[in-house]
Amino acid sequence: MSAAWEAVIAVGAGTVVLKAVGPVGVAGRRLPARVNDLLTMVAPAILAGLVVTEAFASGRSLVFDARVAGLGAGVIAVLLRAPLWAVVVAGAAATALVRLLS
Amino acid sequence: MRRGVHLAAPLVPAAVALGASFGVLARTAHFDVVATVLMSATTFAGSAQVAAVSVLGAGGGVAAAVVAALLLNARYAPIGISVAHGFRGHVARRFAESQLVVDESWALSGGGTPGFDRPVLLGVGATLWFAWVGGTAVGALLGQAIGDPSAFGLDGAFTALFVALLAAQLRDRRRVAAAVVGAAIAALLTPFVPSGVPIVAATAAVLVGWRRT
Repeated sequence: MSAAWEAVIAVGAGTVVLKAVGPVGVAGRRLPARVNDLLTMVAPAILAGLVVTEAFASGRSLVFDARVAGLGAGVIAVLLRAPLWAVVVAGAAATALVRLLS
Repeated sequence: MRRGVHLAAPLVPAAVALGASFGVLARTAHFDVVATVLMSATTFAGSAQVAAVSVLGAGGGVAAAVVAALLLNARYAPIGISVAHGFRGHVARRFAESQLVVDESWALSGGGTPGFDRPVLLGVGATLWFAWVGGTAVGALLGQAIGDPSAFGLDGAFTALFVALLAAQLRDRRRVAAAVVGAAIAALLTPFVPSGVPIVAATAAVLVGWRRT
């Protein structure tokens, strides 16, 4: 089996289970507040890691290239409270423009 | 449920476009069309799918890709638990309905609040599922015709997407601290470990909240 198929099956099955835990299994009970609290911090930590690697990582090196323009445009769009689609379009347009000009 | 569909309508263009972008990205990372569309249909969580595909596309291993994606989706356990009381009926029905829990459907239906409205969650979730899977199919099928997606700034688009998703998460000081530490961990580790591992390691940032909880 290819790496892609292994990832599709493992991620799909894992996510289906994660989504089902509450509505199927927990019914009424709640996780300890401390566990719940730490879980709320997982998403920001991972998303921040993804921003860094998506914007700067190239294999094992950190580089500054056209993606930095996409990052900057995305941050500005978020600060301007632009809707999600506009943030994404701004990121793509800025990256493509810098790539075209450089 | 109809109210959920109505609430989700403004999100449909973005979901289709992002789905198409994911489809293109997955094809460039050597996912075949069926695997690409199947991933959107079953995983139905954009950030985790892009993370898995990015790790593999950058030459990372399957384990790193899967762990990064599942850690991103780990939030669905507490999210699902926060709305569990609203789901009724047979196990099979609750199971099927639980798959429509995504960030947007949870937030728009008042998830985690006393006013949680399950039909709204199902309406939003189902609408976005069709948009996401349909968009993915379009991107996966047209991906090769489009050519090199980096010319269109596709990588910059996903960077911006993660910025927007991150910004929505930064609701208190602890989550800001987790984000800052997570970003630092990822940046510091990138030169030393295989692709994907820095993202997984970034979750260690939750430990900054350990003593304060």
